[in-house]
Amino acid sequence: MLRQVEGSRAVAEAVAMCRPEVICAYPISPQTHVVENLSQIVKAGELSPCEFVNVESEFAAMSVAIGASATGARAYTATASQGLLYMVEALFNASGLGLPIVMTVANRAIGAPINIWNDHSDSMSQRDCGWIQLYAETNQEALDLHIQAFRLAEELSTPVMVCMDGFILTHAVERIDIPSQAQVDAFLPPFVPRQALDPDAPISIGAMVGPEAFMEVKYLAHAKQMAAIDLIPEIAADFEQAFGRDSGGLIRGYRSEDAETIVVALGSVLGTIQDTIDELREDGMKIGAVGITSFRPFPLEQLRAALAHAERVVVLEKALAVGIGGIVTANVRMALTGIVLRGYTVIAGLGGRPITKASLRALFLAAADDALEPLTFLDMDWEIVNRELARMATSRQSGPHAENILRDSGPVAAGPV
Amino acid sequence: MFQVRIHGRGGQGVVTAAEMLSVAAFYEGRHAQAFPSFGSERTGAPVVSFCRIDDREIRVREPIMEPDALIIQDPTLLHQVDLFGGLRPDGFILINTAKSFDELGLGEFVEGFRHERLLTVPAGDLARAHTGRPVPNAALLGGFAALSGLISLDSLAQAIRERFGGTVGEGNVAAAQAAHAWVADELRELSGAAAG
Repeated sequence: MLRQVEGSRAVAEAVAMCRPEVICAYPISPQTHVVENLSQIVKAGELSPCEFVNVESEFAAMSVAIGASATGARAYTATASQGLLYMVEALFNASGLGLPIVMTVANRAIGAPINIWNDHSDSMSQRDCGWIQLYAETNQEALDLHIQAFRLAEELSTPVMVCMDGFILTHAVERIDIPSQAQVDAFLPPFVPRQALDPDAPISIGAMVGPEAFMEVKYLAHAKQMAAIDLIPEIAADFEQAFGRDSGGLIRGYRSEDAETIVVALGSVLGTIQDTIDELREDGMKIGAVGITSFRPFPLEQLRAALAHAERVVVLEKALAVGIGGIVTANVRMALTGIVLRGYTVIAGLGGRPITKASLRALFLAAADDALEPLTFLDMDWEIVNRELARMATSRQSGPHAENILRDSGPVAAGPV
Repeated sequence: MFQVRIHGRGGQGVVTAAEMLSVAAFYEGRHAQAFPSFGSERTGAPVVSFCRIDDREIRVREPIMEPDALIIQDPTLLHQVDLFGGLRPDGFILINTAKSFDELGLGEFVEGFRHERLLTVPAGDLARAHTGRPVPNAALLGGFAALSGLISLDSLAQAIRERFGGTVGEGNVAAAQAAHAWVADELRELSGAAAG
């Protein structure tokens, strides 16, 4: 049924329709509305049986999810930013043990400096923790990906992270098609765990493994993600048949077939990119986009096929790998091994800086002229940066960067944007 | 696409206003996207919310920098925040106050705009009269429906009832109706003056 509803509410309803038996979460912006809505749904008795566990930290949230999943319960949690970092040790345990937990990450920047706004630094920092990572372009896709995520996780017995842009999606109210419980039940079979702790049939999970077999056990996690390269499109196709919507999959092209310039990005910024592309196409520029939905596993072959014909590829990233630049870029380059084309990395939207059509338009025009640096920071205020660099050069005791820069900038007015 | 930016302070229902406006548009079969300016939420701090309305899917996710309409829930923001930034020359402005634009010291500012699209309405007073609290958001939307013709009063009432329910909902619907009538009267006076 079509409803005008907040993204977080829609995701919470979708998760509830997936009938998790344990939900454990610690609130952190911008994930809060998702778990608040779920706690209300559980309290109202609309999701039963389900235990909602208020934990004391994110480390506990993931630990409870691991324990619940190991007993054969369908387990769900959600977090963001520092909360994701706080559960890192447990993240690796969840994937190493092969427990099919589903988690929402409401993407948010990582401090310091402390910042509550959106970028992809949090989930990108965990790209190698063994979890499948799916990125939602819209709130509709965020809802749809959660339903697909449980099925994917349980078929492979591996955990799945659904990443949705914090605030930009979680707090946006828009038209979303919310499925019925019967539709979700028909799509998502009951959880049959590959392993389960049961007092009547005791086993142990979590053995210490020495050098003789550690690599083999680790490889199995990789093998599951390689299997996901086939399974993710299959599940998306099943989903489309059942729900009538093209959602999920590995990658998605937008006017990219004949494009000379292709923009690669993840998440909600793809919408703004598509609108900008439409305007540039009207001016005659051959430009398109490829959105990456599945960042782990990384669809090397599919991306190679989608990009190989381009003259240039612009990778627009909402995270910065300090010391090298692009995270997504490194992966895209691997997909393009042996193919000669011009490649540009653009770091954009860090800490919630708006990514505007005007800035994208200027960026893409510069890209088409091959006038971009290999690494570009979109809308960077170089005056602020250079002033602080000069201060550092002048004095060994120049003080803290964030405080210096805020003092230079003066009081921040709550302007129109 | 029609873009509305709403300014107010934390506690005045600024975010809820954008949400209700989007729901009213949804009831009329349109696409709508409402979202807040993602700041740290504090009572009394300046808050901005946004609503886009279109006949096709809305993909863009940037903040609204060139609004077609501004709703100002708190006139004390007028001299603290750049409220009017980017407003289109044919744009609408609705301010929650019993004063006129001249009395607010905005007479000179609004010279380049279409006067029949710039109105004030005592939405806080109307809200207090109908709900017992001076939260002006629903009343302002009632006034805005009359000013812009963007949404009908019926759709708005449905959106307000969905959001609040019960006596709070009915009180806010009554406040919205009163503000709608107030603005409709003002517009009649303006067109009468223009014709006379």
